Amino acid sequence: MPKFLIWIAALAALIALPHGLSFSQQEILVFLTINVLLVASYRLLTLTGEWSLGHVVIMGVGAYSSALLTKKLGVYVPVSMLLGGVFAALIAVLLSFPLFRMKGFYFLIGSFAAGEIIRLLWKRFRDPFGGAKGIKGIDPMPDFSVGFYQFDFFEPTSYYYFAGVVVAVCLWILWRIEKSPVGLTFHAVHWQDKLAQASGVNVRAYRTLAFAIASGFAGISGALLAHYVGTINPNAFDIDLMVFVLTWAIVGGTATFYGPILGCVVLTVINEVVLRELGLEQMRPLIYGAIMILSILFLPNGLESIVQKFTQRRASNGAPERSPAE
Amino acid sequence: MTDFLEVKDLTMRFGGLVAVDSLSFKVAHGSIHGLIGPNGAGKTTTFNMISGFYTPTSGQVLLRGEDISGLQMHEVARRGVVRTFQHSTLFAELTVLENALVGTHMPFRPNIFAAIIGWDKEDRSGAEARAKEALEFFGLDHVMHERAGDLSHGHQRALGMAVAYASHPDVVLLDEPFTGMNPEETRQMMDLMERLKADGITILIVEHDMQAIMGLCDNITCMSFGKFLAEGGPHEIRNHPAVIEAYLGGARHVA
Repeated sequence: MPKFLIWIAALAALIALPHGLSFSQQEILVFLTINVLLVASYRLLTLTGEWSLGHVVIMGVGAYSSALLTKKLGVYVPVSMLLGGVFAALIAVLLSFPLFRMKGFYFLIGSFAAGEIIRLLWKRFRDPFGGAKGIKGIDPMPDFSVGFYQFDFFEPTSYYYFAGVVVAVCLWILWRIEKSPVGLTFHAVHWQDKLAQASGVNVRAYRTLAFAIASGFAGISGALLAHYVGTINPNAFDIDLMVFVLTWAIVGGTATFYGPILGCVVLTVINEVVLRELGLEQMRPLIYGAIMILSILFLPNGLESIVQKFTQRRASNGAPERSPAE
Repeated sequence: MTDFLEVKDLTMRFGGLVAVDSLSFKVAHGSIHGLIGPNGAGKTTTFNMISGFYTPTSGQVLLRGEDISGLQMHEVARRGVVRTFQHSTLFAELTVLENALVGTHMPFRPNIFAAIIGWDKEDRSGAEARAKEALEFFGLDHVMHERAGDLSHGHQRALGMAVAYASHPDVVLLDEPFTGMNPEETRQMMDLMERLKADGITILIVEHDMQAIMGLCDNITCMSFGKFLAEGGPHEIRNHPAVIEAYLGGARHVA
């Protein structure tokens, strides 16, 4: 029961949170919610041992396709968001054919190249992608009412609630996948692909599956972003944001489901609250770099290892600690 | 006993080197078949071709008359031929039970949609029961929740076989299962293999440990420099002049 109460309290805190914040902080909260989904979907890909540098571009694929579907075809916004995710997953399946001929470092570079090609296509083709200026005037999420609450999507608070529910559902699905036999197979593919294959696992298919699912959810996060900001352009999905995603994942730690989310939340809070207060936001890359180096040196298992230390002590079962080597 | 697994004119070339040269032999159903030969004879290469790890340059591997050469490893596995690896190739970061659960991948194929909704409860409990059964069979049930990488060497080897056994194989290919084992562990491992055989599983072993091979195998194929040398029961092989010659120099130590 106490665990149940903790969840209720956390939910209440999340609902109350935007009311204690300024308008600009509420906007940051919306971005944070979207980024949580982005980084959590990235973790699913890392389960199979592959690190991609194209994840943010895939997020952009979701954003572009959802924006174009609403603008050109007049698709209802929530439906187009879902389709944006589906489209991102399909693009990932297509990309998997060249990319999964590679592993490890080569995959990393290959995914970066593939992402840049997609970004250049957006820049090159004014029609339909709008060239370097991107797409403007994307339809916002239509307002609606659920009886006790009137969603007015001009207000960041409303969008925060909406995005929060979408992200929560997505996170739940990701968590279910990870805890299922499919998730175990992802781990198996990561640690010993030869043995997994000898056990009848189609390694290539499982790599593609993880890549497609991760990309699908990244696409949904991109669509959430597009319909909130109302304008997207190729530079919004460049390598800078990808480096932030990597930093969140590494600082948070990727051994647990909540690690990357923790990294994303903590670094965003540090960035937006502490740095902005001190007027140091210009030095963000420098400070992010310093945090990353320090965390690799002193917290090789990420922020999640601190949480584990406390939860394990409370649970007091003598589960052996995981080795520091990832 | 019928011919179950047949290797026919199997050849593997690596560049100019002929690692295996038109090798042929037959494995009878329900038997333990040994594949021996001095170092570099091409035993492991043969093994890798049968299991689908390598694609043979020419020749065939027939399983129940079907040509399985050139198939991918997971496709060979799905036809019932499951291999283990030299050394302790395991999912070291996962627990022993999780290792065995990966082994149940074939009988209990995971379905992602059922997993999200929660409609795969029966499959999950079935897979867990099978995994536990396999661990019990190899005497590993007491270390179920340990990390596989923390197990002793003997336990790791047994776990490698448990992972293979969990998938309900028809044929198990064991790649040097006795390496690095003391005589007591070797004896226990031999018992386990006898029990696998009693379970109706056909076993093909590549091994250096002559004592184990001679005590265990129904039939032995000996190869040297990639070529077929001799075949027969343990007694024949032990006294076969060509085999003795191939092992000459090392014969006293090996035998």
